[in-house]
Amino acid sequence: MGQAVAVEARNAVKEFGAGPSAVRALNDVSVSILEGEFFTLLGPSGCGKTTLLRLIAGFEMPSSGTILLNGQDISYLPPNKRPVNTVFQSYALFPHLTVAENIGFGLQMQGRPKSEVTATVKRMLELVKLEPLANRKSSQLSGGQQQRVALARALAPSPKVLLLDEPLSALDLKLRKEMQIELKRLQLETGITFIFVTHDQEEALTMSDRIGVMSAGKLQQVGSPRDIYNKPVNRFVASFIGETNFLPASRKGSSLVLAGGHSVDAPAGGTDGQHVTITVRPEQVRLVDSAESGAIPAKVTSLVYFGTDTHCYMALADGTEIIARLQSPATGEAGLAQGQNVALRFAPGSVQVLGD
Amino acid sequence: MADRAFSTARLPGFSAIAIFVFVALYLPLLMLVFYSFNSGKAIGVWEGFSLDWYGTAWANDAVKAATLRSFGIALTASIISTIVAVMAALGTTRRRAFRGQTFIYMMINQPLMVPEIVTAVALLIFFAWIKVNTGYQGIGYIVVAHSAFCIPFAYLPIRARLEGMDRTLETAAADLYATPWQVFYRVTFPLLLPGIIAGMMLAFVTSLDDVVITLFVKSAGQETLPTYMLGQIRRSVSTEIYAISTVLLALTVAMLTAFFLLTRKKD
Repeated sequence: MGQAVAVEARNAVKEFGAGPSAVRALNDVSVSILEGEFFTLLGPSGCGKTTLLRLIAGFEMPSSGTILLNGQDISYLPPNKRPVNTVFQSYALFPHLTVAENIGFGLQMQGRPKSEVTATVKRMLELVKLEPLANRKSSQLSGGQQQRVALARALAPSPKVLLLDEPLSALDLKLRKEMQIELKRLQLETGITFIFVTHDQEEALTMSDRIGVMSAGKLQQVGSPRDIYNKPVNRFVASFIGETNFLPASRKGSSLVLAGGHSVDAPAGGTDGQHVTITVRPEQVRLVDSAESGAIPAKVTSLVYFGTDTHCYMALADGTEIIARLQSPATGEAGLAQGQNVALRFAPGSVQVLGD
Repeated sequence: MADRAFSTARLPGFSAIAIFVFVALYLPLLMLVFYSFNSGKAIGVWEGFSLDWYGTAWANDAVKAATLRSFGIALTASIISTIVAVMAALGTTRRRAFRGQTFIYMMINQPLMVPEIVTAVALLIFFAWIKVNTGYQGIGYIVVAHSAFCIPFAYLPIRARLEGMDRTLETAAADLYATPWQVFYRVTFPLLLPGIIAGMMLAFVTSLDDVVITLFVKSAGQETLPTYMLGQIRRSVSTEIYAISTVLLALTVAMLTAFFLLTRKKD
């Protein structure tokens, strides 16, 4: 993977409307997306991820700040002059054109010679495995096929960057899984930078090289899927991606003291006596022998069976609720019952201190 | 599937009124069509099937001249009004909402609301003034008048089509390196075409059967088919007129059917 920056947003702000009723969809976002990277913008609807994508595509212009492509300012360049193509959520295939004409549209508009257009369209049809459908009208295709045509159409002009706006959201679960693998394959084969927008955290975790988590028009955290999942910087990131436990604690020397007085190991930093929130993933919560040092006593409040694992809901002595995800044994119950007194520990290195 | 909570099928009177309205609308038309094939002259007395009146009408030079004039005017007026209507529809849908937009809509649709006789009188006075100053006596006055009042008929289906169009398609075309002009003629225009044809046909039919404005605006010797028929009817009810009316009716039905098929949403 090259380390050169493909797309960069510098202090990008986008406001819709004017005056006091203006809505700030994007609030001072700065991010660098590297060449050849599969970068995902993840966040709930209305977080500004699509707005950022539209700024990069050129469908909107920033209210302030800049968008750079390979170091060049493209903030105010119209979309047809940007070597960037988009796969739309609704696919937006041209209904009056055939599959092949749809795929060739971008190349034709660029004024490429006919022979080149034909050859590229053929190659693209092979790439997305749609050769037999070349002369169909796009309205005669299934959702999954339309999706592939939309991909091929956007890839045909060999853009510097491919933007994907929740392209899988209209597909059913099975097809979505297939397309996730397909997308990743296409990205590796073409080597094109993909910027992928989604609200589906699982999609983001499985496909991306890096993820940018967005909320309320701001970029909350940028990092690899592992970083985002294991080292969330704040409560939003921790709760948006996967399930997690939040516990109030205060710092004391190199450890953190929970509300109930038990102390846990924690990453260094912070000042003594500072009140913080810590987070631990449910699969990092272990049930241990109550005699073990550092074991925290708790009481099982309920058990929910999920097949591969069992969620064990517990309450600490001070009332703090905590969930553990335990692997279900092959036979019988997990040896637990509601109301049972247990002891738990957090796996080493699993405790994260949140910034807010 | 009708909702059981409110279904007209359960209310008395609805079907009776519906039947009455259909009879009032279509019985006169059916009679007209029926007697146009009568071999005799008197209405209400069936003397046998014949196409004589169609032959008479066809052989009548005045009818021929009026028909040609009507079609010429309708074709020219519908083309002009459709071009204007396309521009107006683009101007009112393909830009940011602006102040006074509703006022503009009203201005464009004004001919639908102002009583036709008022427009007719206004045009008569205005054109008389131009005639005096230029001496021009030609068919142009009728063409201009028809083009103007046909605009809303062409505008409405075109605008409806533009508003129903997925704007993402235009965005996608721009994303795929199409210039604004290329976006229009490669994407917007082909998708708009059914609306344009529908609007043009509606304008054509509207122009073809206009009486009031034509009557006020035309000069001597500029009879269109409807004004010719009106003149004939004033003298005596000629069965020839039935035949002409039937042909006009058939033409209108054919065009409106085509209009319906074109504006129906397929995708």
